[in-house]
Amino acid sequence: MFKKLLIANRGEIACRVIKTARQMGITTVAIYSDADRNALHVKMADEAIHIGPSPASESYIVIDKVMAAIKASGAEAVHPGYGFLSENRKFAEALEAAGVAFVGPPATAIEAMGDKITSKKLAQEAGVNTVPGHMGLIEDAAEAITISGMIGYPVMLKASAGGGGKGMRIAWSESEVAEGFQASKNEAASSFGDDRMFIEKFVTQPRHIEIQVLADQHGNCVYLGERECSIQRRNQKVIEEAPSPFLDAATRKAMGEQACALAQAVGYTSAGTVEFIVDGDRNFYFLEMNTRLQVEHPVTELITGIDLVEQMIRVAYGEALPFTQGDIKLNGWAMESRLYAEDPYRNFLPSIGRLVQYRPPTEMATETAVVRNDTGVFEGGEISRFYDPMIAKLCTWAPTRSEAIEGMRNALDGFELEGIGHNLPFLAAVMDHPRFESGNITTAFIAEEYPDGFEGVTPGPDVLRRLAAVAAHMKMLKEDRAAKISGAMANHTRRVATDYVVRVGKTDFPVHIDETDFGTEIIFSDGTLYKVNSDWRLGDTLFKGQVGDVPMIVKTAFIPGGARLRYRGADLKAVVRTPRQAELAALMPEKLPPDTSNLLLCPMPGLIVKVDVAVGDEVQDGQALCTIEAMKMENILRAGRRGVIAKINANAGDSLAVDDVIMEFE
Amino acid sequence: MKDILEQLEQRRADARLGGGQNRIDAQHAKGKLTARERIELLLDEDSFEEYDMFVTHRSTDFGMAASKPRGDGVVTGWGTVNGRVVYVFAQDFTVLGGSVSETHGAKICKIMDMAMQNGAPVIGINDSGGARIQEGVASLAAYGEVFQRNIEASGVVPQISLIMGPCAGGAVYSPAMTDFIFMVKDSSYMFVTGPDVVKTVTNEHVTAEQLGGASTHTRKSSVADGAFEDDVEAMSEVRRLIDFLPLSNREKPPVRPFYDDPSRVEESLDTLIPDNPNMPYDMKELIHKLADEGDFYELQADFAGNILTGFIRLEGQTVGVVANQPMVLAGVLDIDSARKAARFVRFCDCFEIPILTLVDVPGFLPGTTQEYNGVIKHGAKLLFAYGEATVPKVTVITRKAYGGAYVVMSSKHLRGDVNYAWPTAEIAVMGAKGATEILYRSELGDPDKIAGRVKEYEDQFANPFVAAERGFIDEVIQPRSTRKRVCRAFAALRTKRRQMPWKKHDNIPL
Repeated sequence: MFKKLLIANRGEIACRVIKTARQMGITTVAIYSDADRNALHVKMADEAIHIGPSPASESYIVIDKVMAAIKASGAEAVHPGYGFLSENRKFAEALEAAGVAFVGPPATAIEAMGDKITSKKLAQEAGVNTVPGHMGLIEDAAEAITISGMIGYPVMLKASAGGGGKGMRIAWSESEVAEGFQASKNEAASSFGDDRMFIEKFVTQPRHIEIQVLADQHGNCVYLGERECSIQRRNQKVIEEAPSPFLDAATRKAMGEQACALAQAVGYTSAGTVEFIVDGDRNFYFLEMNTRLQVEHPVTELITGIDLVEQMIRVAYGEALPFTQGDIKLNGWAMESRLYAEDPYRNFLPSIGRLVQYRPPTEMATETAVVRNDTGVFEGGEISRFYDPMIAKLCTWAPTRSEAIEGMRNALDGFELEGIGHNLPFLAAVMDHPRFESGNITTAFIAEEYPDGFEGVTPGPDVLRRLAAVAAHMKMLKEDRAAKISGAMANHTRRVATDYVVRVGKTDFPVHIDETDFGTEIIFSDGTLYKVNSDWRLGDTLFKGQVGDVPMIVKTAFIPGGARLRYRGADLKAVVRTPRQAELAALMPEKLPPDTSNLLLCPMPGLIVKVDVAVGDEVQDGQALCTIEAMKMENILRAGRRGVIAKINANAGDSLAVDDVIMEFE
Repeated sequence: MKDILEQLEQRRADARLGGGQNRIDAQHAKGKLTARERIELLLDEDSFEEYDMFVTHRSTDFGMAASKPRGDGVVTGWGTVNGRVVYVFAQDFTVLGGSVSETHGAKICKIMDMAMQNGAPVIGINDSGGARIQEGVASLAAYGEVFQRNIEASGVVPQISLIMGPCAGGAVYSPAMTDFIFMVKDSSYMFVTGPDVVKTVTNEHVTAEQLGGASTHTRKSSVADGAFEDDVEAMSEVRRLIDFLPLSNREKPPVRPFYDDPSRVEESLDTLIPDNPNMPYDMKELIHKLADEGDFYELQADFAGNILTGFIRLEGQTVGVVANQPMVLAGVLDIDSARKAARFVRFCDCFEIPILTLVDVPGFLPGTTQEYNGVIKHGAKLLFAYGEATVPKVTVITRKAYGGAYVVMSSKHLRGDVNYAWPTAEIAVMGAKGATEILYRSELGDPDKIAGRVKEYEDQFANPFVAAERGFIDEVIQPRSTRKRVCRAFAALRTKRRQMPWKKHDNIPL
């Protein structure tokens, strides 16, 4: 086996590869940029080599720098992770020339599959079903419009070298093609250093289902079942699962065999993924092949019991696969939630900064449940503006889909994350969504179910009641402690009240609280009794306990006037008052948030790339006002209504923080 | 006999109605509670003992003899907050607009005298139209008597003022001399002269809210220490504050059970200081991670954000925190931040509250605005306050401690008891760049040479060890273990005794 492996990546995937390599007894070498000096992958690796400034374009994707690090470290093999140089033919060739093993497919396979146009042709030739589209490269927006007209709307504009949603846009009209083409091209250039574009038909109501293949250098190729990745936002996968709730055995087999046929047609080795679009009738079309380890590979590992990274390394070393297709059994169900530093309450805009609190749920693995968290960060670490905003991949496994979902709900409830905006509440909301639970999902799920964005979750009456019981329990402990302060009048120590009105969100629950040896008993006005049993103590940020017959994990914090409770995607203020206090509180006026409708506020920290309007301009609803670059994505901010620009406070090149006023309307 | 007892109840019921149901409804319609309702929310259930319920005014001029409402526009007495005694007065706007008469003032004075004698805080709830004009100079005299007591009580018992309606003219000077002023957003204002007079005299058009609302006083003038959403929140947050405070200068701050490990290790603090010395970080994170249960009661949060002041508990015991905030103006000291912190330090010292100082200060803010407005004397206030404070003083330097500002921020030289530094601390006369430009003026033309000099200076002085070698720093500590270190330091200082030389009083540069 290899003695030393260099991981040409960062973040969670670098950590993931290091874990397996270490188990295999291989010495690991990390590379890092300026921004990653204190990163987790650097700490975990046996050795670490600095390779340049923070932007990936000056460090992680500079082949010469990575090659120099390989040479300096004496690594015999390189695992590229995903993204960066993982599907870069030149890098694979450079390694070949240097006599260093690439833990991935041969350069020829990367080249064949790396170009979406070529790959589609090859797929067709290999007998794989494909989607209609224009196979040539597109020069400019005008040509893009012509071709789109021929294919028929909606169309998908795609960067030839693209992936992960970058450089990819759906256009429903000529004007959207005109606008999106250049933006996609720019993104492609900045993300991949390759701005070639192509267009294909956008299949409506599709599911995204992909097949994991694994091939060795001895001509063996197996498929390890599928992953359903239909829960996507703007083509960015959010939740993945394996197996798919939609496929039957016959379709799975057909897709798997086509995937292997394609892999073998291009002389593929290592782990690879063949992505398909599947329509409602289980027709499937080839989308692309990813010649690397996928972000969502853990769900496959969880249902097959195969460590994909280990197999990749063994294949690269020249070993034959230790199993055949017949040995592959899919066992149970796995879910993956991608935690992103994206604020769901601000239309998922990227958020960067310090992880003031980062406490994932405890990883565990038993016969009936697994919790796995792949991450590259730690409490006190930083989500940098230079890289992908992914914080962690939280996975759960259980014998059935519904148990895996329930496991994920609990894992998300127990995941503490503060300091940056993140999509945890959104993930929790999806996990609790009846349509998701039913498995009746498409790639349009998020767009259809959250058309106006995500505004939090309003829990049902039962959950509200149980949260009220939690709040009452907390209040009791708080009052008990408050009464124990020193300096109280002798013989006049304070009696703690037992009757309260608990307001959760906007609902009032009159309750009576009894303290027992085991906790508290909360009795609601209709006589229902909830026993609350928990070892929660004041100051704990996580309430774990039994509320009635339901175990609950609730994030708690005291805020002025009450407590903040977060549970299953809901974020509520709970106030516990005596009946008299509640009576007086009812007299208080409801305060409305300040009116910011005549301001354009900066929705995310970022750099103003371009201001499209000037003072005095009259703008229409939806007109582009300025462009902000954050996380390598160009975001166009648009007018929310008709108006006249009164004042502009920011210019191109300015770095802005969240809620900075960019411009004011009259 | 029974009749007489019933009569008492009847009289009480009359008095409790204040200005009558119509006026109570009007008060509610303004989003405000009545004086008695406020007291109810402030104190423990059923703990209020009212005094002087039957006091009426003695004025006969301007037809006043015809209207003698019981209580005379102010409700006074005492009760408990979590079992601890506090004295309270609440002006009743429903009775003659809460205006201050001779007797109204006398009622306030009575409970203030009791509070001082018995060693318990005074909480004043202000909601008054001002002086009772019908009484003329007698009303002014009443204010004067209250003022004098505010002054005498200062440093003896904590005095907290709540502005929950109008507070105008001379009336503002009673709250002004108390320890803390809190306002309620949208329903309170305080100013010396109102919008009408302002318009007549200076021709400025300004609303009462603009002139003296909660936002003005918490952000611009710093008159108020905080503002709350409504009356209910105000009362619950004031209760929370009282739990931090000793009842008087004769007592130690209160202690209560705590559920947080004093040796809790916070690994994330090791990465709090960014690699780049010009990058800010949030000092509040450090405060939250040091405090018992992450609980920080911040004062003057919206004013002079470059310095943070407030209370935390360590091992259940109150500690006042003063911290430079690198997120705002790089944590520089200026007129506003020096004044804000100086007053807070002096409050802590009055009431035996130990002081934790967290330092990351690049120096004093330069500029004509600062100099013309007297940064010399205002900066000296903080220096003076620290130097005269005899309570336990623990200091942690996290990053920059430059120049005079280093000395000001509870340094060893001002009798800091335990002075810690993180390994990232830079204790020096000034930053490397500034220092080299002065030391090597002749080499300024040669950027390479200067860069070398900067590096040389950084290597030599941008660390805590030069100061540690001289004993100005007692120990260089790991950021992660700061809570444990600080808790232990204060625990060891619990028996500290130190006195300033006898004097009538000092002469702080006001």
